[in-house]
Amino acid sequence: MNHPLLKLFSRRELVRGLGALAGATGAAALGLAQNNAPAEHSGGSGHAAAATVAAKGMSAADHGSNVVMGVVDPETNGFDPMQMLVDWDYGKVSKLPGGQTLREYEFVASEKEIEIAPGIFFPAWTYNGRVPGPSIRCTEGDRLRVKLVNGSSHPHTIHFHGFHPANMDGTPLPGNGGLVQPGDSYTYEFDAVPFGCHKYHCHAASLKRHIHKGMYGAFVVDPKGGRPPAREFMMVMNAFDTNFDGGNEVYAVNTVGFEFAHRPVPIRRGELVRIYLMNLVEFDLLNSFHTHGIMFDYYDHGTTLEPTLRTVDTVAQMQGQRGIVEFRAPYTGPFMFHAHVSEFAELGWMGHFNVVEEAGWAEALSRVGLTAEWDKRGLDGATVAWKGGETA
Amino acid sequence: MTREPESKENRWGGFGWVLALIPLLLLGLVLAYLVATGGGLRELAGPPLERVKIERITLPAPGVIRLEVVNDGPQEVTIPQVLVDDAYWAYTVTPSNTLPRLGRATFTIPYPWVAEETHRVVLITSLGATFEGEIAAAVVSPRPDASLFGRFALVGLYVGIVPVLLGMLWYPWMRRLSRPAMNFILSLTVGLLVFLAVGTYLDANEFAAQLPAFWQGVPAVIFVALIALGALLALGARQRGEVGALELSYRIALGIGLHNLGEGLAIGAAFALGEAALGTFLVLGFTLHNITEGVGIAAPVVRKSPGLGHFALLCLVAGGPAILGVWIGGFAFSPVLATVFLAVGIGAILQVVWEVGRLVARDSAALGQPLVNWVNLAGLTAGIAVMYLTAFLVKF
Ligand SMILES: [Cu+2]
Repeated sequence: MNHPLLKLFSRRELVRGLGALAGATGAAALGLAQNNAPAEHSGGSGHAAAATVAAKGMSAADHGSNVVMGVVDPETNGFDPMQMLVDWDYGKVSKLPGGQTLREYEFVASEKEIEIAPGIFFPAWTYNGRVPGPSIRCTEGDRLRVKLVNGSSHPHTIHFHGFHPANMDGTPLPGNGGLVQPGDSYTYEFDAVPFGCHKYHCHAASLKRHIHKGMYGAFVVDPKGGRPPAREFMMVMNAFDTNFDGGNEVYAVNTVGFEFAHRPVPIRRGELVRIYLMNLVEFDLLNSFHTHGIMFDYYDHGTTLEPTLRTVDTVAQMQGQRGIVEFRAPYTGPFMFHAHVSEFAELGWMGHFNVVEEAGWAEALSRVGLTAEWDKRGLDGATVAWKGGETA
Repeated sequence: MTREPESKENRWGGFGWVLALIPLLLLGLVLAYLVATGGGLRELAGPPLERVKIERITLPAPGVIRLEVVNDGPQEVTIPQVLVDDAYWAYTVTPSNTLPRLGRATFTIPYPWVAEETHRVVLITSLGATFEGEIAAAVVSPRPDASLFGRFALVGLYVGIVPVLLGMLWYPWMRRLSRPAMNFILSLTVGLLVFLAVGTYLDANEFAAQLPAFWQGVPAVIFVALIALGALLALGARQRGEVGALELSYRIALGIGLHNLGEGLAIGAAFALGEAALGTFLVLGFTLHNITEGVGIAAPVVRKSPGLGHFALLCLVAGGPAILGVWIGGFAFSPVLATVFLAVGIGAILQVVWEVGRLVARDSAALGQPLVNWVNLAGLTAGIAVMYLTAFLVKF
C-alpha cells in the first residue's frame, strides 16, 4: 500500500466521494480525498480575530456563541419587552348603574416597522403601536368595552377568547361583528368571563398573516377572590417570518429575540413567581416553555384555581394555547428559561432569570436598567384584582 | 448661392472634436438632474430590493467559518445577523456589515463545525431577507503546504499529462495508416473536440451561474468564447495559406490545455469546498476519458517528424494546465477566473474544430470524396461516442 495513489485515496474516501458528489459541478465529477489533517493554527491575523470572538462568545457556557450581535434600543420601538412583563392595562375604570365595574379601552390598529432583533426590522401590524398589544387585566364579571379604531390600510378585528355573545366575537362571519374597515371603528362590549389567562387577536383573513404580523395580546381575567400575592409577569411567546416564506426567522418572548438573554429578568430567591404565558407563534405547531433549576406548577388556560400539572419543568403550548406558570426558585444564580424546541431557542427564544437574595436585589434591577417602579408593578398585579374597581 | 456647407465646417477650424463632446455634456446634465431631483420618477420607486451573494465559504481552521459576500443587488444592504444551522451566531466582519452596491465583506464566524458533515449558513438583512450558503461536507480548507501542493500536482498529472502522453504513443502506429484511415482518425479528433467544446460550455455556464448577477455570466461566456475564437482565427489568417501541421497540433494542444485547466479548477474547487472526494477509480476514469486527447494532438503531424522535444512540449501545453488548475481551484478558487478560462477554452476548441475540419476536407478532396462521407462520419461519431462513454466513469 505504498503506491502514492493508493496512499492518497483510501477506499473509505472513495465511497464517501461517490455519495458526496451529487451536488458537485459537472467538471468536478472527479472527487478528491479529504484526508488532509485538520490544519494547524498558523496564528494568522484573521484567525486571531476569530479566536477573540470565540473566546468572548464561549463564555456563555454550553450555548457557545449562539447570540445576536448588538442590542435593540427600546426607544426605537417605543416599547420595552422588559416593561411589557409588568405593564398591565386596567383600562379607564368606572361603575355602571348596577354597580358593575366598567373598563374602557381604545385600540388603534396601525402599521409600524419594529426592530425584532438587533438590526432586523419587521413591517408589523399593531394594536396601539406595540407588539404584543396592550395587556388587558380585569376581574371576572367586569364589563369590558373595547373600541377598535382602524387607522391602518387593511381591515382588522379583535377576537377575544372567552365567553361572549356572537356579535362580539370579532370575525368576518356574518353576525360576528365583521371586519372593521380602514377608517372605521367598532366597539366590543361583553362581560369578562370566565377567569383565566386569555388572549385576543385579529381574526381577519388571512389569519396567519394578521396574527404573525403582530395583532395579538394578553387578556387576563382574575378570579373574584384573586390569586395569592406573587411577582407576576406577562410573557407572549411570538415569532416573525421576516422573509414571508411561511417559516419564522426570529423567535422571542415579548417580540425581541434574545432580549432576556441580554437582560436577565430579576427575581428574588423563594418568592412566588407567576407567569401568564401564551403562545402566539404561527407556522410552527408547538411551542414550549422550560425552566432550568426550577420546577413549576401549571394551570392550563388559567381557568382553575388548582394546578392542572404539578412540579414540571417543561410545558408545551400549541398555537393559541396559554396557561399560568407558578414557581419559587430555590437557588440563587443565573438560570435559563427557553423553548425546549432547540431550534426556537437558538433563533431567539432564550432568556435568563437572575435569582438573587434580598441583598442583591437593587443591583439585579439596575444591571438591566430597571427601577423600583418595575419592581412594584410586578408585585401589584395580583393584588389589584380590585384596582380601579372598589376605589373608583 | 454661397457655398455654405464648407464655410460651416471651416468656422470650427481644428476644433471639430468639440462636437463629439456635446452629447456627453448633455448626458452629464441629465444624470445630475436625475440624481439631484429624482426627475419626477419618485412615485415609480418600488419596494426596496435587497440581494447579496455568498460567493465563497472557507473553513480556515477548526471552529471557524469564513464567508466572502458580495452585494449584487441594486442598493446598499446591511446584514445585522448571521445564522449557522438555524442559530444566530456571533461574528466579526471586515470592512463593514453594510455593503454598498457591488461592495464586498468578509464574515468570520467562530462556529464549532463538524468534520465531514453538512452545515448551512444564512445571512439576514435589516429588512429580514435571507440568503443561504451551504457547506456540503465540512473540511478544513486546503492550505498551500508542500505536501498538498505535491498531491494536487499528482492529481493533475494523472488527469492531464498521463492521458495525453499515452494517447500520443499511438503516433508511430498512426504513421502507418492509409490516407482514408488517417481521415477517420482526424474525424475522430473533430468528434472529441466537439464533445469537449460542448462540455466546456456547460461547465463554464455552471461557474457563470454562481457569479453575482452584475457579471452577466451566461452571456459573458458566449462573448468571451466568440472573441477568443475570432482572435485565434485572425492570428491563423495572418499567414498566407494554411496553418502548418505542427502549428495546428499546438493549437489543438492549447485548446485542450484550456479545457484541462477548467477540469483541474473544478476538481481543486470541489475539493476545497468539501464537495468531492477522489478515488483511484475516478482518477483512472479521467485518465481513460482524456486519452483520446493525445490522439487528436498527434493526428495532424503524422506526415511530419517533429521530434521528441515538440512532443514533450505539446504534452505539457495540453496536460500541464490540469495541474495548474487543481492548484488554483484548491487554493485560490475564483468563479470569475474559472468562467473566463473556460470561455476562452471554448473559443480555442472551436477554432481547432475549424482547422482540423479543413484538414479533413482537404484530404477528402485529395481522395476525390465529399467532406461528409461514411468514413468521416464514422470517425466523428466514434470520437463523440468514446468521450461520451468514458465520461460514464467520471460523471455522477
Ligand atoms: Cu388584522
